[in-house]
Amino acid sequence: MAAGVDVSLEFSGGAELLFDRVKKHDISLPSQDKSWTLQCLLAWIRDNMLKERPELFMQGQTVRPGILVLVNDADWELLGELDYVIQPNDTITFISTLHGG
Amino acid sequence: MNYEEEIRRLKEDLELKKSEIVHLKSLLTTNSSEVIPQIVNDVEKQWEDLSSHTKLSNNEIARYSRQLILPEIGVRGQLCLSQRSVLIVGAGGLGCPASIYLAAAGIGRLGVVDYDEVELSNLHRQILHTERRIGIPKSASVIGACQQLNSDVKFVPYHLQLNSENALNLIKHYDVVLDATDNVASRYLLNDACVLAGKPLVSGSALRFQGQLTVYNHKGGPCYRCLFPKPPPPETVTNCSDGGVLGVVPGIIGCLQALEAIKIAAGMDSSFSQRLLLFDGLDGTFRGVSIRKKSLGCLVCGDNPTITKLIDYEQFCGAGANDKDQALHILSENERIKPKEYKSMLDCGTPHVLVDVRLPVELEICHLPAPAINIPMDSLCKETSKEKLLNTAKVLESSGECVPIIVVCRQGNDSQVAVRKFKELMQDTDCHFVFKDLLGGLTSWAKQIDNTFPVY
Repeated sequence: MAAGVDVSLEFSGGAELLFDRVKKHDISLPSQDKSWTLQCLLAWIRDNMLKERPELFMQGQTVRPGILVLVNDADWELLGELDYVIQPNDTITFISTLHGG
Repeated sequence: MNYEEEIRRLKEDLELKKSEIVHLKSLLTTNSSEVIPQIVNDVEKQWEDLSSHTKLSNNEIARYSRQLILPEIGVRGQLCLSQRSVLIVGAGGLGCPASIYLAAAGIGRLGVVDYDEVELSNLHRQILHTERRIGIPKSASVIGACQQLNSDVKFVPYHLQLNSENALNLIKHYDVVLDATDNVASRYLLNDACVLAGKPLVSGSALRFQGQLTVYNHKGGPCYRCLFPKPPPPETVTNCSDGGVLGVVPGIIGCLQALEAIKIAAGMDSSFSQRLLLFDGLDGTFRGVSIRKKSLGCLVCGDNPTITKLIDYEQFCGAGANDKDQALHILSENERIKPKEYKSMLDCGTPHVLVDVRLPVELEICHLPAPAINIPMDSLCKETSKEKLLNTAKVLESSGECVPIIVVCRQGNDSQVAVRKFKELMQDTDCHFVFKDLLGGLTSWAKQIDNTFPVY
């Protein structure tokens, strides 16, 4: 049984529009059987925070192309992406890339 | 007779005449005392060698004195700048500030590419264009402004759409490339072209109150594809025309692009290789974050690249290489109502319900001369929206007739999506509405019915 974890979620580049235009969310993930990986977090976000049009944020089990994920300001690619085990008080940032100019 | 040779010659003549026409037109539309540079469409044209400039003149020393005394620049850096060339792709909100600062700093040669002409709705952010230059090529307009600031720089305005055929030929003449474009397909095209040509790419973007900046393909850093191997689904991409943008936001990012280009050209390190700058004008924050290293498996810059020549980027991205909205064709003809038909409904007082699916902020700009229910696109699926429609249904049912529901938006794309969504929503109710969308939206209304109606 993994304990619950408190984390901060940040959304920018327009991703915040999918979350009531709020850029920072402090959340408490409940305790669960397995440890809280980023993959679990994404599923949790989809089920608990994304009310409409999840396809604008996710594709399958991961984020859609065009969204960068950072853990404590570092690219999640350096940390194992979906398999990264979330630590208490991590800040997870989702950046939708902009294309306008 | 060699027909191929003849065709090639005629095509060249044609291009020359085309650019003459554009030039003459621009003279017609602008103040006769204003000099608009002649555009260049020959991407293979050879340019003079900049490396022969090895000594600063007294005039240059006076002009650049304030940056010359910075130890990081100095005479060496200034000479470097004057021997380097920068290509700016996109003469818009990013390209305007970037080009004027590069010209001011004394870059050797500055090329500006844009396929578009100046429009009134550009002027709030594309600050080098002028009211008088509406209708003339953006590249010529930007270069005209830069020329007035610093005539020592060699300027090249290209009035063309960068594509897989011309990109490499164009880029090879420049040392640093700025991505100041406004769409995904152009961004992948520029990235791949810069990797294949071995040029650093200073990439900026902006929307609403936010901007982003990165330097790709520089000193072993990642390229755009390392970060984004797959393009975003087209429906998740918002352009400035739909999302809005505050002019000063691309202004800030464009200035930063000039800064990084100057540093690279002067032989200094760039601060944004493998780093992404996030600017949020609403919160007043700048934030730099580390991004991944160059990916060994990257299709274009990795160890075993499969992209060894430019591909079809519009097909790859499923979207055009511009930021213009394409007209959608979701609904069949009998689910749409032409502006003229709707006008006669209004004139005859035909009972109907009008649903405007734009944001409240847009309703404040203008609305049709009929009472409307407002259900913005982002709340189509909300329970309250369904209630609004059902309440309307009750009123209508009491009149005992099948009254049409007309859905309107700005350009006639969202209204089609909304009609589909409303039909789904109402499927499990016992209400039988007839939904139609106003073909071409308010833009068509303004064109066909009321030319005093504002267009935005």
